[in-house]
Amino acid sequence: MNIISLSRLSVSSLSFSDMSVKSAARALFLPLIGLTVFLMIWHVGASRIDTSLGQFPGPVQVYEQSQALIGDHQRERAREQAFYERQEARNADRVAKDPNYVAKIRTYTGKPTFFDQIGTSLITVLAGFILAAVIAIPLGICIGLSESLYSALNPIIQLFKPVSPLAWLPLVTMLVSALYVSPDPLFAKSFLTSLFTVALCCLWPTLINTAVGVSAVSPDLTNVSKVLRLPWSVHVRRIVLPSSIPMIFTGLRLSLGIAWMVLIAAEMLAQNPGLGKFVWDEFQNGSSNSLARIMVAVLVIGLIGFGLDRIMLMIQRKVSWDKTAVTR
Amino acid sequence: MQAKKNLTLSDVSIEFDTASGTFQALQGVNLTIEPGEFVSLIGHSGCGKSTVLNIVAGLLQATTGGVILNGREVNEPGPERAVVFQNHSLLPWLTAYQNVELAVKQVFRSTKSKAEIHDWVEFNLERVHMAHAMHKRPDEISGGMKQRVGIARALAMQPQVLLMDEPFGALDALTRAHLQDSLMEIQADLNCTVIMITHDVDEAVLLSDRIVMMTNGPSATIGEILPIELERPRNRIELADDTQYNGYRHQVLRFLYEKQRKVEPIKARAGSKSAAELEVRKTA
Repeated sequence: MNIISLSRLSVSSLSFSDMSVKSAARALFLPLIGLTVFLMIWHVGASRIDTSLGQFPGPVQVYEQSQALIGDHQRERAREQAFYERQEARNADRVAKDPNYVAKIRTYTGKPTFFDQIGTSLITVLAGFILAAVIAIPLGICIGLSESLYSALNPIIQLFKPVSPLAWLPLVTMLVSALYVSPDPLFAKSFLTSLFTVALCCLWPTLINTAVGVSAVSPDLTNVSKVLRLPWSVHVRRIVLPSSIPMIFTGLRLSLGIAWMVLIAAEMLAQNPGLGKFVWDEFQNGSSNSLARIMVAVLVIGLIGFGLDRIMLMIQRKVSWDKTAVTR
Repeated sequence: MQAKKNLTLSDVSIEFDTASGTFQALQGVNLTIEPGEFVSLIGHSGCGKSTVLNIVAGLLQATTGGVILNGREVNEPGPERAVVFQNHSLLPWLTAYQNVELAVKQVFRSTKSKAEIHDWVEFNLERVHMAHAMHKRPDEISGGMKQRVGIARALAMQPQVLLMDEPFGALDALTRAHLQDSLMEIQADLNCTVIMITHDVDEAVLLSDRIVMMTNGPSATIGEILPIELERPRNRIELADDTQYNGYRHQVLRFLYEKQRKVEPIKARAGSKSAAELEVRKTA
């Protein structure tokens, strides 16, 4: 008896480990195959397309250009450092000769590199996204709790939700120029334009999902709250908010995705600093390397978008009580 | 004064607006419940038992008539009429302890100190034998344990009336028997007024002082009231052969299956039930 059950046990554990090996292989192997096939098609396809800027870049050219962009960045940094060292030496010299001389510090005005543009874009998208979330979550909670407020605001939401960022952009630009008049501006106007455009476009998924999540709070839990006579603030904090957290995060992830897409478009159109401007500049530049550089930007934009979504997912896993929620 | 300390349902009727016109769910429900009394409501599904309970809880408003508790009319929900919901209704993001604590903090915010609140929460969880799992979340404990926590939460509010909506309906027979025994002990201990909805004839006879049998809807009302004069404490094994006990069982069964036999098609029944539920949702 014992031996039989033992052997059964070992068989079952063997098949289990077999299965986990299989699933691990699938998890690694299939994506690798997909990637390889994609690279092959790209390579073969690209070599047959000739554009006015030369051959369409294949994976190899794109890799070379990514290295070149890293090199550019390092050279630019070295130049910047050299500039500051020279300036410091010069100022020290002049102060030594004339103790009354007040040293002037000038900032380096080199051209922003690809990596500087990534940084600018990331800061802008996060600022716009946070602004949108700060407006959308509280507003969504109010709309979800009050049916009359929902009815009042729904037409406006439905009207503005499908508007393309490019349509907003001229209006936002003019508004920022007209309203943000300051002799010593804290933020660049281009930054504010991009930020507001992003916020306007990525507001809606969070708003709608929050409202839906809040209005879908289980009536049983609402009844618990009523029996306890929880005050409004406690009701929202202890019951409404936790129960709609999964929906809020779904909205936030959609919003962040839209924010990233909108930002690139806005930067391209408005010539605001960032990855979009990099793409546009390379397009206008029209050298034989431009298309490969644009392709590097495309891949980086994709990778960053993916990374942002993963980060949101991680935050959701940390914050949400519902660990079983399937998150893709 | 003493005479006023009871719960009275006076000529309670309720109508719901549905797509096919108004639906008269209850008509002329009259009932007086003495303090410390254990009353069961029994009847076929869709007869408005839950509606009666929700009106007493204040979650639904009667169209005519009303509920009077200790000389005051019931207009809104409140912790003095604690509800044990059928599906436990624990907040899934809080532990058992925190679920009870939320209620205790709300009810005793101004009268108990922090340490007293802590002790009171633990005491109530111990009372339902949940001390060992008080820091677990609802999805980590069994259905019976969840219902225990739901009962602990209701008891912790120190209610004058405990309202239970099929509290053991979703549990297996053994767990149910166990919880019934616990409930009898607690009720003997606290002597609070209890109104319990049930489908289970044995449960009704075992636990109740009176069984209120409801007629079928629409326009459901109280058909018969059966006082159960069995000695307490009651023991389910001894009572199984008791002639008096079985007499009571037969009376309830006769009411349900002879006098109030359900002849409605199943679809119509489901419709009327969901209409009542919809109304609760709307007001919620």
